[in-house]
Amino acid sequence: MKVPVNKIIPFSAVDGPGNRTAVFVQGCNFNCRYCHNPETRNLCKNCGECVEKCPKHALYVENGEVRFRPELCCGCDTCIKTCRFGCSPRIQYLDAGEVFERIKKQMPYIRGITVSGGECTLYPDFLRELFVLCREAHLGTLLDSNGTLDFEAYPELLDVTDGVMLDVKAWTDEDHHTVTSVSNEMVLKNMRYLASQGKLFEVRTVIVPELFDCRGTVRETATLAAQYLDKGNIRYKIIKYRPMGVREEYAHYRVPDQAFLEELAELARSCGMTDVLIV
Amino acid sequence: MREIDMKRVNDTRDQMLATVKSPTLTHEQKVATMANLADSMLEVLDLPEGLDELMTDTIKTKCICDLAEGHAPLRPRYIIPDYGKFMREGSKFLQLEPPKDIYEAINSLLIFYKHVPSVTNFPVYVGALDELLEPFMDDVDEAQAKKLIKLFLTHMDRTILDSFSHANVGPVATKAGRLLLEAEAELEHAVPNVTMKYDEDLTSDEFALLGIKAALKSAKPSFANHKMFKSELNEDYVIASCYNGLKYGGGSYTLCRLILGNIAKRSKDLDDFFEHQLPYVCQVMADYMDSRIKFIVEESGFFENNFLAKEGFIHRDRFTAMFGMVGLAECVNYLMEMQGKTGRYGHDEEADALGVKIMDQIEAFNQAHVNPYCEVTGGHFLLHAQVGIDSDMGISPGTRIPIGEEPEELIDHLRHCEKFHKYFPSGTGDIFPIDTTVHKNNEFLLDIIKGSFREGIRYLSFYAADSDVIRITGYLVKRSEIEKLERGENVLQDTTALGMGAKHNSRIMERKVR
Repeated sequence: MKVPVNKIIPFSAVDGPGNRTAVFVQGCNFNCRYCHNPETRNLCKNCGECVEKCPKHALYVENGEVRFRPELCCGCDTCIKTCRFGCSPRIQYLDAGEVFERIKKQMPYIRGITVSGGECTLYPDFLRELFVLCREAHLGTLLDSNGTLDFEAYPELLDVTDGVMLDVKAWTDEDHHTVTSVSNEMVLKNMRYLASQGKLFEVRTVIVPELFDCRGTVRETATLAAQYLDKGNIRYKIIKYRPMGVREEYAHYRVPDQAFLEELAELARSCGMTDVLIV
Repeated sequence: MREIDMKRVNDTRDQMLATVKSPTLTHEQKVATMANLADSMLEVLDLPEGLDELMTDTIKTKCICDLAEGHAPLRPRYIIPDYGKFMREGSKFLQLEPPKDIYEAINSLLIFYKHVPSVTNFPVYVGALDELLEPFMDDVDEAQAKKLIKLFLTHMDRTILDSFSHANVGPVATKAGRLLLEAEAELEHAVPNVTMKYDEDLTSDEFALLGIKAALKSAKPSFANHKMFKSELNEDYVIASCYNGLKYGGGSYTLCRLILGNIAKRSKDLDDFFEHQLPYVCQVMADYMDSRIKFIVEESGFFENNFLAKEGFIHRDRFTAMFGMVGLAECVNYLMEMQGKTGRYGHDEEADALGVKIMDQIEAFNQAHVNPYCEVTGGHFLLHAQVGIDSDMGISPGTRIPIGEEPEELIDHLRHCEKFHKYFPSGTGDIFPIDTTVHKNNEFLLDIIKGSFREGIRYLSFYAADSDVIRITGYLVKRSEIEKLERGENVLQDTTALGMGAKHNSRIMERKVR
């Protein structure tokens, strides 16, 4: 199956341990207020408005669909600024084999790959196929997820996945609705399940004090994760909200200060977490 | 000795007086400059025909450069003493017994360094400091050992006034090595330069990560592909000066360099370049190097009289010479333009293939040329990708991609390095400034080092984009010291002036940050 791929970063230092190729797929089922790459959320409606605006003619219409020529793109983001639907048209539809060909170019400089998004678990079959290819090439396999796919129902995917980096965006269902417009019932089920399987590589929370109960979220998340540390290390990444890339209507949130972030990190440690990182 | 005319004598006298009166040179720098000026009036070498035209023109046309080695070499350019022997046996000439504890070891080494000549009058190699100090690590507790090592390094930084001075650590982790790396990270000195010999089968990740951490603080160590150097020069190689692979207990008589871009400019077309100009200039340079070596070995008396040779700290038959080159990028781009082609070095397959063809031809020339005093390297010189000098303008070091034209993705940059590092057993390297605000992940760099060395890259350097100590081309300078010199103040180390020149002429502050 072919999936919409937004971007492949050959060398990434920020998507898991060591040097990794990061694959970003398009499309997300959350609507996080603070999303810093909102253009990865929706799929193109083929309205064609961006095609006319592109200064490098890197976009064109074929059979009523917007197509992208990456070799002409200058990265000016005019298309993203033009789009009324919050969608990047710079998408290529690729299958697992084609994505793997682009990953292979970085071997042996990378220790693995991380698939992110958007929300990569919208395409579980693609993930499994890609990870099988990576495993055969001795590359590590991480995925970065909002936790809405019921991982327990996809044992074959989990078999070829080294670990999941899971967002816990808020602890209470009400807060989670405020942040994402979606319930977190499945997220928390996944957190328990992945941790019990030793597949929870990392949990992370973006800290936006005005939006949800940050202390409560960090406390409860840390307390739960800490119960599973005997299954393997779990890092808790506390992420500072930054307004870069955030949609105008949501870009007014206050950036938390370092002291508050430190307090939360200490809180996580006091709940039993040992590997806590502020970024 | 040949006569010289009075005009040249008087010009030199003017330069000497200007040196005496210079407001920015330190006393030591004046003495060294005066000695070089005096030397420049000697005419004793048997110079090959054609050298004058190729070497004395301006930087825009000259094709051969001898990097200020002087007219009557009184010592080999780079000397690599066997410090291990000195630690085991002491020295009669220096009236030193073998050191018995860490205090004596450090004191003896600091004395020895003051008696190791080189082209800069400072030692270009100060030893495998981890190996040399490890036997003494149990003499004191760890805090004391660290303090002594920091004093040792600070002494070097303030008395070896030139950052072409190089220490080695690794490939195996030791306590002394760990303390050295920790000390370097804390001190942020420019001297000495440090290389970690790295072999993923011998070097622990923990030790390598300590090296990376130090590099992101103080622009050192760099990382040398131990497997690769060992396969070419055997186990007893060292990294000295900028990044030069040489034999322990030996060194290099001389280093001259081809300025490839200017050789391209002499050529009528591609055929002329490959058939006539490049072979001609290579031959003249090799003849010139032969002549310099002959003088050092047969006439200077260095190997008969210097205590380093007499006591066996160096051996004449472990010396070789370095056949250098700069500006492959400019050479390729010029030859491409000459054919009406737009492909650029570092970006275009045909341009890079042309670069490989040029290097293959230089390598073949070197393999065919025999010098009787380079037995240790099979009778041949070793190729060297020279890093440039402060007065170079529009000449990229060795085979590097010009600053400002680096590929967007680091992977493409590294793939390019892979094609060229293999040619240079006596040194090449690429440098990458790293944005440490983004990369709080040192294993990222470790993966890049591992991948690089598996793919045949020889030597890599990293520094944090915002650090004070930075790698200019092969040597280290503090930005804060360059700023002092720009304000007309004296600075301690002579390499600061070279760094300032490179900053102004070669855009070294504008490298692409990764």
